[in-house]
Amino acid sequence: MNVLGYLSQILEILLALLLAPLLTGWINQWRAWLQNRSAPSLLQPYRKLHKLFHKELVLAGHASSLYRATPYVVFGCMALACAIIPSLSTDLPLSPAADAIALVGLFALARVFISLAAMDVGTAFGTLGARREMLIGFLAEPALLMVLFSASLLSRSTSLTTIVDTLAHRDLAIYPSLAFAGVAFTMVSLAENARIPVDNPATHLELTMIHEALILEYSGRHLALLEWAASLKLFAYSCAGLALFFPWGIADALSPLALLLALPMLILKLALGGALLALLEGVSAKMRIFRVPEFLATAFLLAVIGMLVNILLGV
Amino acid sequence: MSAFITQFINLLAAILLMLAFAMLSQRRILSLIYLYTLQGATLVAATAIVGFVTGQPHLYFSAAITLVLKVLLIPMLLHRVIDRLNVRWDVETLINIPTTMLIGIVLVMFSFYLAEPISQMSSTIARGTLGIALACVLLSFMMMITRSKAVPQVIGFLSMENGLFFAATAATYGMPMVVELGIALDVLVGILILGVFMFHIREQFDSLDIRHLEKLKED
Repeated sequence: MNVLGYLSQILEILLALLLAPLLTGWINQWRAWLQNRSAPSLLQPYRKLHKLFHKELVLAGHASSLYRATPYVVFGCMALACAIIPSLSTDLPLSPAADAIALVGLFALARVFISLAAMDVGTAFGTLGARREMLIGFLAEPALLMVLFSASLLSRSTSLTTIVDTLAHRDLAIYPSLAFAGVAFTMVSLAENARIPVDNPATHLELTMIHEALILEYSGRHLALLEWAASLKLFAYSCAGLALFFPWGIADALSPLALLLALPMLILKLALGGALLALLEGVSAKMRIFRVPEFLATAFLLAVIGMLVNILLGV
Repeated sequence: MSAFITQFINLLAAILLMLAFAMLSQRRILSLIYLYTLQGATLVAATAIVGFVTGQPHLYFSAAITLVLKVLLIPMLLHRVIDRLNVRWDVETLINIPTTMLIGIVLVMFSFYLAEPISQMSSTIARGTLGIALACVLLSFMMMITRSKAVPQVIGFLSMENGLFFAATAATYGMPMVVELGIALDVLVGILILGVFMFHIREQFDSLDIRHLEKLKED
């Protein structure tokens, strides 16, 4: 571990913090284009964050300290998740802090805090949102774990950097297990990031919202942090998906040149992935909340089959 | 090159398994027919590739028969049947879908375990996929059990035949030509008879629910 390792770690965190709202803006732009609307500016999420950070903070009269701490906890969890997912380089000083299983735990921690905070103020919508969030979470987590396990079966390790390192250096071969895992991962990330068909990130229609219901009572800088954390989560999931299934271009050697080459590659992959995500959202309709368990059961099943196929075929 | 082709066959086998699960979780009859067509097309590709690698011309014939029958003719017949019967939409399942899928996972594990010693004795290029073929057969069988309407049951039956065909290709490079032609004809005649049968069920009971058939006497 040397200076360059720390440099790439810092670069990765900074990049995640700066690029995450841009990715959200990019996806929103594509969504608008696909719906034949005129698109908002690419910088709209930054403007929104700027506006919210300068607004007055309004707290409910009986809000506890948990309610006030939650935005910072959630933001911290997502920033750490972005730091340990190897998006630019596989040589990260922070990566021993959490492996693939702890990464899922990190997302779960954020979910528990935000659900508790939503119930804390005692409005009906917060409780409703919290229950739905937990329903989705408890089905999505095992599926996500199974996806990560089928990737770690290939590399015999649960450390994210080792997994990505192995996947990036394999010979060109077709892995049926990774195809299953890829489909499952896409489904899980749609559910976890409150995208259509599970939830609509743009809705404020009371009866269908999940993520928006959770943060309904927040305002000012708290809301800004939560919005930023949601962008970071999407960024983390996108980077994890790209690192697991399209790991080409991630720097492994400790050289400034490799890092410099990895950066445009990552941005290109994120741009393509964001456009595809918007397309996927555009062609699917939001499903009924009671169909969501079915959707996530399918994701879980595909991930398990991926593991089984891996064991059967040995690849 | 050979390793790459083996991997490609494995991928096609994995797609077959995915399609079997998609059929199991599907509620619409129309989508079921599309999935069945897709399954047939995957089977054609797998058979043709195995034939190409092993240089066995009779596999080309069976791929051609599969193409004509299972990708073109039978889906067309099924489309006509559901158009006439006017049953394009929802399918009732007897067990709810997440439970069905969990049972499906158990079936897959069972067939993988069962097929392992057999595929170790075999020396064909696609021996690893025997477990997947067996799983496809069992999953289609379960689809026949869990559906209460006649059309999805027929589609389950047809996809079971697809699974058997793939198992034969994977384990022994296909059955003898006479047997294969016989089965192809059987399936075709079977679908015609079942089509007529469905019209009769419908005429008799005003519904395609086969539970009505359990009654022996008219009330």
